[in-house]
Amino acid sequence: MNAMTKHWVPIGNLEDIPLRGARCVKNGDMTIAIFRTADNKVFAIEDRCPHKNGPLSQGIVHDGCVTCPLHNWVISLETGKAQGADEGATRIFPIRLDGNAILLGLGIGLGTGA
Amino acid sequence: MKQKLVIIGNGMAPGRMLENLLEASPDAYDVTIFNAEPRVNYDRIMLSPVLSGEKTFEEIIIHGDGWYIQNNITLYKGHKIVAIDRAAKNVTSDHGVTEPYDKLVIATGSNPFIIPVPGANLPGVLSYRDLDDVQAMVLAAQARSKAIVIGGGLLGLEAAAGLKEQGMDVTVIHVMPTLMERQLDASAGYLLQKQLEDRGIKVMTKANTKQIVGEKRVEGIELADGTIIPATLVVMAVGIRPNSAMAKEAGIEVNRGIVVTDYMQTSDPDIYSLGECAEVGGQVYGLVAPLYDMARVLAARLTGDTEAVFKPVDTPTKLKVTGINLFSLGDFAEGEDRQEIVLRDAAAGVYKRVVLRDNKIIGTVLYGETADGAWFNDLKKKQTDITEMRDTLIFGQAYQGGSPLDPTAAVAALPDDAEICGCNGVCKGKITGAITAKGLTSLDGVRAHTKASASCGSCTGLVEQLLKVTLGDSYNPAAVTPMCGCTDLGHDDVRRLIKAKQLKTIPAVMQELQWKTSCGCAKCRPALNYYLVCDYPGEYADDYQSRFINERAHANIQKDGTYSVVPRMWGGMTTSGELRAIADVVDKFAIPAVKVTGGQRIDMLGIKKEDLPAVWADLGKAGFVSGQAYAKGLRTVKTCVGTDWCRFGTQDSTGLGIRIEKFMWGSWTPAKVKMGVSGCPRNCAEATCKDVGVICVDSGYEIHFAGAAGLDIKGTEVLGLVRSEDEALEHIVALTQMYREQARYLERIYKWAKRIGIAEIKKQIMDDAGKRQAYFERFVFSQKFAQVDPWSERVSGVDKHEFRPLATLTLEAAE
Repeated sequence: MNAMTKHWVPIGNLEDIPLRGARCVKNGDMTIAIFRTADNKVFAIEDRCPHKNGPLSQGIVHDGCVTCPLHNWVISLETGKAQGADEGATRIFPIRLDGNAILLGLGIGLGTGA
Repeated sequence: MKQKLVIIGNGMAPGRMLENLLEASPDAYDVTIFNAEPRVNYDRIMLSPVLSGEKTFEEIIIHGDGWYIQNNITLYKGHKIVAIDRAAKNVTSDHGVTEPYDKLVIATGSNPFIIPVPGANLPGVLSYRDLDDVQAMVLAAQARSKAIVIGGGLLGLEAAAGLKEQGMDVTVIHVMPTLMERQLDASAGYLLQKQLEDRGIKVMTKANTKQIVGEKRVEGIELADGTIIPATLVVMAVGIRPNSAMAKEAGIEVNRGIVVTDYMQTSDPDIYSLGECAEVGGQVYGLVAPLYDMARVLAARLTGDTEAVFKPVDTPTKLKVTGINLFSLGDFAEGEDRQEIVLRDAAAGVYKRVVLRDNKIIGTVLYGETADGAWFNDLKKKQTDITEMRDTLIFGQAYQGGSPLDPTAAVAALPDDAEICGCNGVCKGKITGAITAKGLTSLDGVRAHTKASASCGSCTGLVEQLLKVTLGDSYNPAAVTPMCGCTDLGHDDVRRLIKAKQLKTIPAVMQELQWKTSCGCAKCRPALNYYLVCDYPGEYADDYQSRFINERAHANIQKDGTYSVVPRMWGGMTTSGELRAIADVVDKFAIPAVKVTGGQRIDMLGIKKEDLPAVWADLGKAGFVSGQAYAKGLRTVKTCVGTDWCRFGTQDSTGLGIRIEKFMWGSWTPAKVKMGVSGCPRNCAEATCKDVGVICVDSGYEIHFAGAAGLDIKGTEVLGLVRSEDEALEHIVALTQMYREQARYLERIYKWAKRIGIAEIKKQIMDDAGKRQAYFERFVFSQKFAQVDPWSERVSGVDKHEFRPLATLTLEAAE
């Protein structure tokens, strides 16, 4: 195996996520929010606002951002960073699409067993 | 000795490949072609003009019979290959012709995808793929049939436009919310739909075909919602599938298509494949440009070039329908590292969007005006740094130095008979006429002469813009606070324009009112969604993704991401059975907190989102419906016990409260609405700090409104006294409807009343019986669509994705 290869986990299909919406993936104790924007881009970020841990998956999706349902922080889905005057960032995960299937990239890039 | 080259399929890709091959090395191969279609090579992408009657079949032929003779090519027309014998290196056709090969090219193209619904094989159901299909469509058109096209993509819309051109009554059924969603964003999709509808093509989006109905042949289709649309011709244009069956049977590697290297070689080194049946690097292609590139590569390889490889590039998409101009290229998604430049000209139906990364173009959508498509494509291909021309880029090549669009263009473009002031029925022409004729220069002048903006004032912004349009720079309107960063228009302007221009969808509003972003933000989208729900209750489909989470999950989100649930208790009355049911739910779901609310109900806090449907199911069995404690809508009607029990009670305040709540629950309002009914002036239900309150007195019902007990504290204003319970209900409903129609999103009743004046509200509700009745009736109409219990809907499976995780992963040890 290539040591740089990520662990790509199939988590569902594109049509399982509403347009401009999100679904959650439970990964042990972490919840990862999978977003689908108006133009069918898929992003994965931890379901936790850097402000007060609000569940970002429940927010309104607009352009490449989500607005947190608790206090209206706007978080970029691509970088996980808070927009505007707010500071902070949420963990992001890579996503790969294989046709309609969504693959979530887990694990660090540098494999330990290589 | 010449090598034998056999080609299966005679479409555009192998045709082009042969042209290249003959040019480079005319004597290298002895060529034989098997074509399942009984004709020569023709330009398939020109079928649409043939259908619409703009071209004849002869005009779209690429290679006539003479070409094959001249080049010594043997063409078997109407021969379908039934077997490839790779060991013996020969192929056999269904007419029994066996031909040996040294090199074989499989170019079997693609098959139309037929949705597997009942009735899909009835006579009269067609695909749109070859000349035979076009022939059948033209025949149907000549019988004045009604046609349905299933599929609102490129092919489906070309078919629809062609059929319409042939004089048919055409309906397009599309499963997605907007047309051509793969190539266009929602704004351009909206414009396209509008233009098609202007041509008389009916378009139904979000429409799912359940079955095709008919006894011996097609009689119509039935949609998932039960709607039946009659038709005698159904064209399915929902996509294509690579035709790779023959290759698979021969044992060649096949995935979605026939797997080939980037020089078109299959898993058998003597067999090549190209066109729509070939899969390169995991991709299959359907547009002509990449297919012609495959042809170039294969021809080069067959003549000994070992360098040529196929490199995929973005191909611009265009719709070949006369008079509809659209252009789509590259990647037009939003993203952190991208910027967009948007130009909208509502009057001209133009929408342009260029997406930039590092000052270079990566994607473009043009609608209405596509002349600069090639220019943008060129800038993108060359990765030109556009920093220098950034300010004028969007205006196109010829417009370097053009002036920016006038912000008042949307108002300027309104027709003269567009109603500006709804209260006084004043249209645009009357206002601009008065400004010119009377030499008016101010808002007050317009108010005095035309009455426009003199009542509720919600059209003030528009009247000011008309002053500006008419007077030019000599008028300087007072600044209107915009709704959000996506527009310069204020809430009132947007509400008026939604009505004046009959805008019925969010993309329609954003395009016609020249929104500066492509899909709005968390401020404007919920507001627009409310305005449309309010103005078009029977027509507008609620945009779920433009609602705040509380209104999507029908519960109140808490700081830890759990939810609280409040069932309705009509007028604050309950029973032992209801209380027992609540107690059971609390135990069963281990709900950590239960609280009595200020609105005389019971709140269960700390419920996990995934438990919500089960909680509601149990509450529903006990007869509870949602208390909408989360909604910008009617919340509670607090009551005292009135004449039922109280020795001071003057009327049945409990009964009236329950009646109001049962009449008005489910309605959406600009902000939350809380009511109260007290049975006597001692006011135990605290009705005089509510949005709407009633104080019962011996002589009747005193109606109050515009109280506040939150951020602000304010006693109510008195609307007036009415004699009967029926009158009380009618007045309260009419007042609420007036508020629903006029207030800004998130504006509570007391703020709205302050803005437009208590006197105006009294005048319309107390003094003008006709107006009151009309408000009442509009409310009643909208309730037909609003009074659906969201909990029981979700218990029965609506939006179930909302409450379930997409996936639950089990952690695996690292490899």
